[in-house]
Amino acid sequence: MLTIERKNYEALRQHGEEMYPHECCGILLGQMDGEVRTVTSIARCGNTRTDSPQNRYHIDPRELVRVQREGRERGEDIVGFYHSHPDHPARWSPTDHAEAHWLGCSYVITSVEKGKAALTNSFELTGSDESDKKLVDEKIEVEQAET
Amino acid sequence: MQRLGGAESRGSVPASLIRMTKIHIPTPLRQYAGKQPTVEVKAGTVAEALSGLVSKHPDLRRHLYTDDGKLRSFVNVYLNDEDVRYLQKEATAIKDSDIISIVPSIAGGR
Repeated sequence: MLTIERKNYEALRQHGEEMYPHECCGILLGQMDGEVRTVTSIARCGNTRTDSPQNRYHIDPRELVRVQREGRERGEDIVGFYHSHPDHPARWSPTDHAEAHWLGCSYVITSVEKGKAALTNSFELTGSDESDKKLVDEKIEVEQAET
Repeated sequence: MQRLGGAESRGSVPASLIRMTKIHIPTPLRQYAGKQPTVEVKAGTVAEALSGLVSKHPDLRRHLYTDDGKLRSFVNVYLNDEDVRYLQKEATAIKDSDIISIVPSIAGGR
């Protein structure tokens, strides 16, 4: 299960709208506790797939290293990633599956229809290695910010 | 201490200068590394560091390397903020306070 504060949930959906008709992408940081991944911040990333940004995304590993370092300094780990599917369902594609390598992490996908964020779904990458990995539906629990 | 950066400054290191190097383990691989976020190994080059890592934690090997011993294509190895592919690959020498990060790639699309 993925737990995320409303402001972060809305921010990743908004990122998808801003990047439309291109795919957006970013990193989810927080804590892993057994089967629960709690997002405490998100990091917007650039999509390096400038050759085909409307249907592909790739995060520069250098950016990932930087985000990972900054998160570590705040006591956060990488717990997942997000991207958008412009005018396409919020379901993982064969490409998403083939290119997913962070076992035990969440992959959040938002469909953006005509520029407006529609469904947001999350999938956990399960399995023991590359040969048996699967993207499995998981619940997203959106929490209101503490007052 | 003088910081050394860039491919030109990275050559072989005398054995006397070999030191403990910190390797950051990505969250999915920590379960195979004693659940630790970082592992320290004694190494003079990136290859020695990775070799030391899998010696300490053999379960990591199949996640980092193919059956024929090549680093998996989606596994990026960074020395500080540099991809070792653009330095001297696994032969890249490690300097004082360098940090190695193992970062599986992030990509996909509809």
